[in-house]
Amino acid sequence: MKHLLSAGDLSREQAITILDTATQLAAATAQGVGKLPPLRGRTVVNLFYEDSTRTRISFEAAAKRLSADVINFSAKGSSVSKGESLKDTALTLEAMGADAVVIRHDASGAPHRLANSGWISGGVVNAGDGTHEHPTQALLDAYTLRNHLKNNQGDLDGVKVAIVGDVLHSRVARSNVLLLRTLGAQVRLVAPPTLLPIGVNTWGAEVSYNLDESITDVDAVMMLRVQRERMNAAFFPTAHEYSFRYGLNANRMKTMQDHAIVMHPGPMNRGMEISADVADSARSVIVEQVANGVSVRMAVLYLLLGGTEGI
Amino acid sequence: MTRYVIKGGSLLGENVADIEIHDGFITAIGQNLSGDVHVDASGCVVLPGLVDLHTHMREPGREDAETVLSGSRAAAKGGFTAVHAMANTNPVADTAGVVEQVWRLGQQAGLVDVRPVGAVTVALAGTSLAELGAMADSAAGVRVFSDDGKCVWDASLMRRALEYVKAFDGVIAQHAQEPRLTEGAQMNEGVVSGKLGLTGWPAVAEEAIIARDVLLAHHVGSRLHVCHLSTAGSVDIIRWAKARGINVTAEVTPHHLFFTDDVVMSYDPIFKVNPPLRTQADVEAVRAGLADGTIDIVATDHAPWPSEDIDCEWTAAAFGMTGLESALAVVNATMVKTGLMSWASVAQRMSVAPAAIGRVHDQGQPLVVGSPANIVVFNADIEAVVEPTESVSASRNTPYRGLTLPGKVIATFYRGRATVLDGELV
Amino acid sequence: MTNVVEPGHRNSRVVLDADDMARALTRLAHEVVERTHGATNLTLMGIPTRGADLAARLALKIESIQGSPVPVGALDVTMYRDDLRLRPARALLPTTIPEHGIEGRLVVLVDDVLYSGRTIRSALDALSEHGRPQAVQLAVLVDRGHRELPIRADYVGKNLPTSKSEQVSVHVLERDGIDQVTIEQSS
Repeated sequence: MKHLLSAGDLSREQAITILDTATQLAAATAQGVGKLPPLRGRTVVNLFYEDSTRTRISFEAAAKRLSADVINFSAKGSSVSKGESLKDTALTLEAMGADAVVIRHDASGAPHRLANSGWISGGVVNAGDGTHEHPTQALLDAYTLRNHLKNNQGDLDGVKVAIVGDVLHSRVARSNVLLLRTLGAQVRLVAPPTLLPIGVNTWGAEVSYNLDESITDVDAVMMLRVQRERMNAAFFPTAHEYSFRYGLNANRMKTMQDHAIVMHPGPMNRGMEISADVADSARSVIVEQVANGVSVRMAVLYLLLGGTEGI
Repeated sequence: MTRYVIKGGSLLGENVADIEIHDGFITAIGQNLSGDVHVDASGCVVLPGLVDLHTHMREPGREDAETVLSGSRAAAKGGFTAVHAMANTNPVADTAGVVEQVWRLGQQAGLVDVRPVGAVTVALAGTSLAELGAMADSAAGVRVFSDDGKCVWDASLMRRALEYVKAFDGVIAQHAQEPRLTEGAQMNEGVVSGKLGLTGWPAVAEEAIIARDVLLAHHVGSRLHVCHLSTAGSVDIIRWAKARGINVTAEVTPHHLFFTDDVVMSYDPIFKVNPPLRTQADVEAVRAGLADGTIDIVATDHAPWPSEDIDCEWTAAAFGMTGLESALAVVNATMVKTGLMSWASVAQRMSVAPAAIGRVHDQGQPLVVGSPANIVVFNADIEAVVEPTESVSASRNTPYRGLTLPGKVIATFYRGRATVLDGELV
Repeated sequence: MTNVVEPGHRNSRVVLDADDMARALTRLAHEVVERTHGATNLTLMGIPTRGADLAARLALKIESIQGSPVPVGALDVTMYRDDLRLRPARALLPTTIPEHGIEGRLVVLVDDVLYSGRTIRSALDALSEHGRPQAVQLAVLVDRGHRELPIRADYVGKNLPTSKSEQVSVHVLERDGIDQVTIEQSS
């Protein structure tokens, strides 16, 4: 594998290799090892067409900890905002000798275009494309789940996860459904019908419109960010009603199993899809998710760039 | 003028005969005819010259994508002898001046009849009627009016347009797309769009407009043509309307006969088109509809774009694909080779009926002595890999690139003159 | 010793059996205790996978000789290899650092086979990320020669003259179900 474009591209074995590698890299961090050498002399470009400081910093930290040279290329204030095409930008990066391009783009499929158009020869890592996918987020979520529920070993067989919220517009949900199923977990999607895509019944996940009935038997509840703007397009009537029907609050959290955890890819709308007391509760692993993100992205970069070619 | 004889072709795929062409007309049909130039048509099908009701010539405004001349060349190479040039140019063909300009450019090119389509509304804005009568009365003699690319979504305006063009035997060719249901739409709404995270273009957005428009046409007793119908539901509605005697005709594009939305999994914008590629069930329904006559014609929706409009992210890419040069081979692959349609039906759907809808009087005529010599000779059995670089269009955005299609246009005669011989432009 | 161990490897022969390995490890343990003056400041770091297994065994043997437990860890050198780019990316193996770390300790690296010396060079780099030992020594079960770097072992279980076309494999009970060292012609 030369690129990481979709969580669906990963086999069970490849996914476990990434998680195992991330586990070792996290251990190295815990042991106080600063920089690791495997990407010395390699150039990783962070090509970000969307503002996402969190994801960019996570990838940047990951690449630098592996001794890669990192070039941050943000669409803001660059020629991109002057109308330079993705193709021309890609050709520029190719000329600069990018070994891998980590791309965040508001257009679904932009990483596929970058990887398959012949514009560049290096690897492409999808850091979130439109409403399509965000595979490294799914990997860090799987890592977090495995850490809490499977003692950092093997797959996620038997784990039950509820993914709650704006599935329609969520790249996190798409990647998580693909990866969690590959790893043997059962997935339940919980959302108002307006926020579920046509064809969701083919995803291999259970679908529910009722949050209260959906969280009592699961091992983890993953809350998705819901943008208030969706209200204007009549996906739901008001923020209040959304929160009332689909927000995770302390009362609802009490009905979860004792060991069940609460996840959120961030950034959170506190008071909307998740209440502050839930976000800050002992069940919440939201801060861990962020830390795990660096380890997982290190693993992906190492496995894509550390050898001759890919996993 | 040269006396041509097309030797040994199978007329409409039926009887084998020679055709003599002289001075613009078919002058003899029989065996063992001879003339100045013989065209070997043995093993080939001979059809009346194809008529396209839906071509984007891009001129004026996007001469980098296509000109009337380059589009005429592509048309001739594809076996066409008449095309209808869509109105969504820049400036929009919404005045007699613009349609006459396009018409004259077609005359100058001299490779096919270029029949301009007039816009229904000023600047395609959907708010006020363009001067339909002036365009009808112009030298271009416009009979087909369309805001193609945009839907005449205002029901009242659509009603008036349908009524108004009755005065000069015009037809409104509707691009059926409910705008609110398709805001930001990128591809067919279904399983694939859900996976790819691309905004969906639901079938209902097409079907709702078609249903409304056939009822409007019925109410005011007008003639309606539905552009590039793409869904199984649309076929049902047209079938229902025709059963009720409503004066509606419909077209399907070659690409909607050929592709499903699965190809979008590649995110390659070569497959980005409006209306979008649909599902297998839709493809089967439009094929069946074309075969049984519910769908009257095949129209290419030839929509050329230069590479900068295609070689980019999916959402940034332009909608559209070229189609003139591949149309007959695609119809052969999807309808004839599959046993769904005879060559006589192909002649009906690609020549006779579109000429009748567009009121193009000397096109789509039967292959008999005295008819204008608009003829295509097609070898249906030559298999060829589609190479975009071999296209004579100014653009290369063919979705069939790299695919093997059956059939090749060997010769095209336009008003008695050979525009294509031995598979190449003359 | 010319036992054929696996039917698939006609040329494979056992050069150390379980008893030989046990004796070699015992001798290594005695040598380490002697040369480190009672092993009081000793930390063993095995190189995964089988070097780590052998380090754990060696630690137990040393403990049985001088009475107190020996800190033992594992040191993965994968990311420090100089041939990283020549092969597909390899999975990482666990690194475990004993409780008191390696700072100021006398670290003995333990590996199964010493060959080109490149693994040990990588190990020295990897080790330095975890601290500054007082000294670093090297113990190997088998030294098969053909060094490509100026590296030698301080403790050698068995010197095994080989040709470069041969493959030396160390099998350990806890991982392979048998203790033995085999040598075979590479195909």
